[in-house]
Amino acid sequence: MKTLSVQNLLGIKHLVKEDIDLIFETADHFKEVINRPIKKVPSLRDITIANLFFENSTRTKLSFELAEKRLSADVINFSASGSSVKKGETLIDTVNNILSMKVDIVVMRHPNVGAHEFLAKHVNTKIINAGDGTHEHPTQALLDSFSIREKLGSVAGKKVVIVGDILHSRVALSNIYALKLQGAEVKVCGPVTLIPKHIESLGVGVETNLRKALEWADVANMLRVQNERMDINYFPSTREYTQLYGVDKKLLNSLNSEITIMHPGPINRGVEITSDVADSDQAIILNQVENGVAIRMACIYLLAEQIKK
Amino acid sequence: MSDKILLNSKKIQIILQRLACQLIENHGDFSNTVLIGLQPRGTYFADRIATILKDDYQIKNIDIGKLDITFYRDDFRRREAPLNANSTEINFLVEDKKVVFIDDVLFSGRSINAALTAIQSYGRPKEVELLVLVDRRFSRHLPIQPDYKGATVDVINEEKVLVNWGENTTEDAVYIINKNKK
Repeated sequence: MKTLSVQNLLGIKHLVKEDIDLIFETADHFKEVINRPIKKVPSLRDITIANLFFENSTRTKLSFELAEKRLSADVINFSASGSSVKKGETLIDTVNNILSMKVDIVVMRHPNVGAHEFLAKHVNTKIINAGDGTHEHPTQALLDSFSIREKLGSVAGKKVVIVGDILHSRVALSNIYALKLQGAEVKVCGPVTLIPKHIESLGVGVETNLRKALEWADVANMLRVQNERMDINYFPSTREYTQLYGVDKKLLNSLNSEITIMHPGPINRGVEITSDVADSDQAIILNQVENGVAIRMACIYLLAEQIKK
Repeated sequence: MSDKILLNSKKIQIILQRLACQLIENHGDFSNTVLIGLQPRGTYFADRIATILKDDYQIKNIDIGKLDITFYRDDFRRREAPLNANSTEINFLVEDKKVVFIDDVLFSGRSINAALTAIQSYGRPKEVELLVLVDRRFSRHLPIQPDYKGATVDVINEEKVLVNWGENTTEDAVYIINKNKK
């Protein structure tokens, strides 16, 4: 009988390999569930989940909400715009007020790094990190690895290059932790200004030449340039970025082997990847979205299991 | 094993034949009937029944599936040990079909209750029947009774009925074991 080694899902950094295996095994079952004619199970009918989004989100928020509803949980949604946060309420007060309404699990996205760790120390609830600033986005990394496992059979031994704005990406950091934990080889590729210093200390390689990186890789995870997090110019122009770090079909076709293309979304078509790449058979972008629901169902289910009656 | 043996391999064979014949009496050529083995151990039992129907009675095209009820159980978060799921394999709709649930032991009836909810994800069955190898009488928590049963047994709460199938152990046998005696 297996259970998660953690009480909250704050980041991949806190997980062990067995946790990821358990989440994937559970997600396999939920993937079967969400492909049934009736895509719902009653497991969490006495659980209430609050989705607190202090930062914008489309697919993560929808994916979490759908996962919760597929598990029959009661769901309340909160977004920072139009809330009392604007009136000066602290994070702990906001969350404690919501918990007073008998909420069992909090799914939170917050612009500040470490907001979830801070909250976990001060409030008594289960917390799932749906993204904290430029730090971690654990469920995205889990669904990315799950999609690689689905496409290529396993993650161990695979070569994965993460391309783009590594500096501002929580997807990159969580992916690095998750992929290394499962025994994959990881490289990051992008303009030197967008690659954090000392990233090699995480056990990843650095490559600034996109063609070389793609020739090496089995999988390329293409990240968006996060203009909203940039306070200075990290590269001269979007056009130059696209010429050096954008992937088009011509480039893919010229590689020695066929590689798998991933993207966590939202895609800036024509910047990091062109439409013909995004819509090609090599891209598993929509599979990632589908797997996101199954992975989030698994994470919620496994954490809910720890809440005893 | 020092515990009491309830059914040996030979008795199980006779019971399997009898249950298969009883199913044929009610379901004919199985054109509108599906067999659903409940995970984990009911699936071995269902496979055995299906094999007899095919090999000994030449019934072709039997729809057989496996149903896992983990996510439908009513003791989620109420047990000490976590629940681990098994796979569900139902590659057909049960809409307007006669469904026969097949499980090894009928005890409280809660698993069957969960299965009745779970099967609705695959459509609205015309009717649902229950076939079990061992019926533990007087231990039901719910008004659920088998339509077909291999053997009936009265056991006390400290005892457990253990069904071994050759597929996952070395023998076909049913034991009554004392949970406190180790």
